[in-house]
Amino acid sequence: MSAIAIPRATKPEVAPHSGLYWALADALVLAKRRLIQIPRIPDELIFATIQPVMFVVLFRYVFGGAITGAGPNYANYLMAGIFVQTVIFGATTTGVGLAQDLEKGLIDRFRSLPMAKSAVLTGRTIADLVRNLFVVIVMLLVGLIVGFRPSGSPLAWLAAVGLILLVSFAFSWISAVIGLLVHSVEAAQSAGFVWLFPLTFASSAFVPVATMPTWLRGFAEHQPVSVFVDSVRALLLGQPIGSTGWQALAWGLGILAIFIPLSVWMYGRRVGR
Amino acid sequence: MGARTAILAEGLEKRFGQTEALRGLDLAAEEGTVLGVLGPNGAGKTTAVRILATLLQPDAGHAEVAGLDVVRNADQLRSRIGLAGQYAAVDELLTGRENLEMFGQLYHIPGAAARRRAAELLERFDLADAANRVVKTYSGGMRRRLDLAGSLIVSPPVLFLDEPTTGLDPRGRTEMWDVIANLVADGTTVLLTTQYLEEADLLANQIAVVDHGRVIARGTSDELKAQVGGERLEVTVARGSDLDAAARALSPYASSDLRVDSMHRRVIVPVTEGARLLAAVVRDLDVAGVQLDDLALRRPTLDDVFLTLTGHAAEETPADESTPASRGGRNERVPA
Repeated sequence: MSAIAIPRATKPEVAPHSGLYWALADALVLAKRRLIQIPRIPDELIFATIQPVMFVVLFRYVFGGAITGAGPNYANYLMAGIFVQTVIFGATTTGVGLAQDLEKGLIDRFRSLPMAKSAVLTGRTIADLVRNLFVVIVMLLVGLIVGFRPSGSPLAWLAAVGLILLVSFAFSWISAVIGLLVHSVEAAQSAGFVWLFPLTFASSAFVPVATMPTWLRGFAEHQPVSVFVDSVRALLLGQPIGSTGWQALAWGLGILAIFIPLSVWMYGRRVGR
Repeated sequence: MGARTAILAEGLEKRFGQTEALRGLDLAAEEGTVLGVLGPNGAGKTTAVRILATLLQPDAGHAEVAGLDVVRNADQLRSRIGLAGQYAAVDELLTGRENLEMFGQLYHIPGAAARRRAAELLERFDLADAANRVVKTYSGGMRRRLDLAGSLIVSPPVLFLDEPTTGLDPRGRTEMWDVIANLVADGTTVLLTTQYLEEADLLANQIAVVDHGRVIARGTSDELKAQVGGERLEVTVARGSDLDAAARALSPYASSDLRVDSMHRRVIVPVTEGARLLAAVVRDLDVAGVQLDDLALRRPTLDDVFLTLTGHAAEETPADESTPASRGGRNERVPA
């Protein structure tokens, strides 16, 4: 490698565009980066697909027989819960990935570039949304195999998918805040998960809340995961949705309204010390 | 060599909680030169680089790079600087090519041009064969070269290299030195931090020695060495009985008192412009009938400089809390 001459860059032809254009363009560059990574992390693919499949099998065949009050076809009841739980668990990768980037010094490289600062966060949450969409499709196929027979209209279906993606996006931003709060990848992993277990299991995801003791029922009925699951279930099965749909929408948008600015602020504080 | 200042830092201060990382750091580098910032771990080198590369805001002081204020004009400045560091900041799960194309796009270079530039840099950095391999499989030297390539995408006029060879094997280090020398030959201004004295000696036009967040000495490598003391001629004689004769023959050349080390059969003579004297010295010793085992002209190393200036070795983490100012820059321990 002696006497190599490093060629000069030809005049960079930077196209004139608005800040918003670049914020989106840069986010897509980083989203692409993240999506390229996924197939190269075997753990992640297994976590993303095998684990939710295990949950479907476990609930459908192991617990399903003992669960009462969920209607004649438990698979129909279960799948809404599986979809919501899958995207909520999947969203934890946002915070873990951010913690990884912060640990490796790659964020410093990004910050020394003339790119939009927000792209580090938006790129990752967009990519994790795509990843979750893929996992939901896999789950849908598994659901059909184990007897899921949805009866909602195509429009209601579309609304259900939209709501699932909103839940995914909202929890990604919560996860981002956790990833920025903790100071190691391991902490991001455990802190990202531990609170999700009570939240998803003490909900209407897998069993009707009416079967729970009264002290738990109050929480289980009104907490956001139940609201999301009830709405998705009503849409998929063509049942009357009532006001739950609007409540779900409000929860999703409300989480975004709080956690997007919060994580942007925390990101600035964390890296600009 | 341009006379314009490419990097200027005045009175930079930065504090992290209880730690004062920088306490009034001043630096200057002319266009097209290499400024070596030399200091032990924790001296404040990385903090200074992070401020100059717009990653960190100083608590006090002012800095300009390529004529732009690092705080007020940070956004504009980012397209004119490159930063490569001790932690190769590349994505391990992407290939070398994917990394460089991504950085190019984030510099807002259109896709086709970014691809062309990535290919060009991979070729020049001897990474073409590994271009489509995931970076995780690269050696330390390859990662570091890719990291450097990533900072050269827009051919920035000013480049910050934070300990670019820390942790590399000797071969990787030599390769990196070649690359840096080439960049400088091409007109790039480089600020290089290092713990390796030979690296600063080899690459830097000007050296700033940093300790406890301040510059405690600056100058060319030769000037710094001169502060410690000049050259020494070390003559080892074959027979101990020749020592007196050797000392008599050498005394006219001594710029100050010479020293006879009988244990090692050696005469140590402080000299100025030793290289010019060598021929005459050899002749005189020959005339005096002194048989030689060894004759060496030894110049002080930057290790000697660091030890003299700071009272501790370069690689050791400073423990004492005396202020750099009180220790002073002019230590006359070795008579000149």
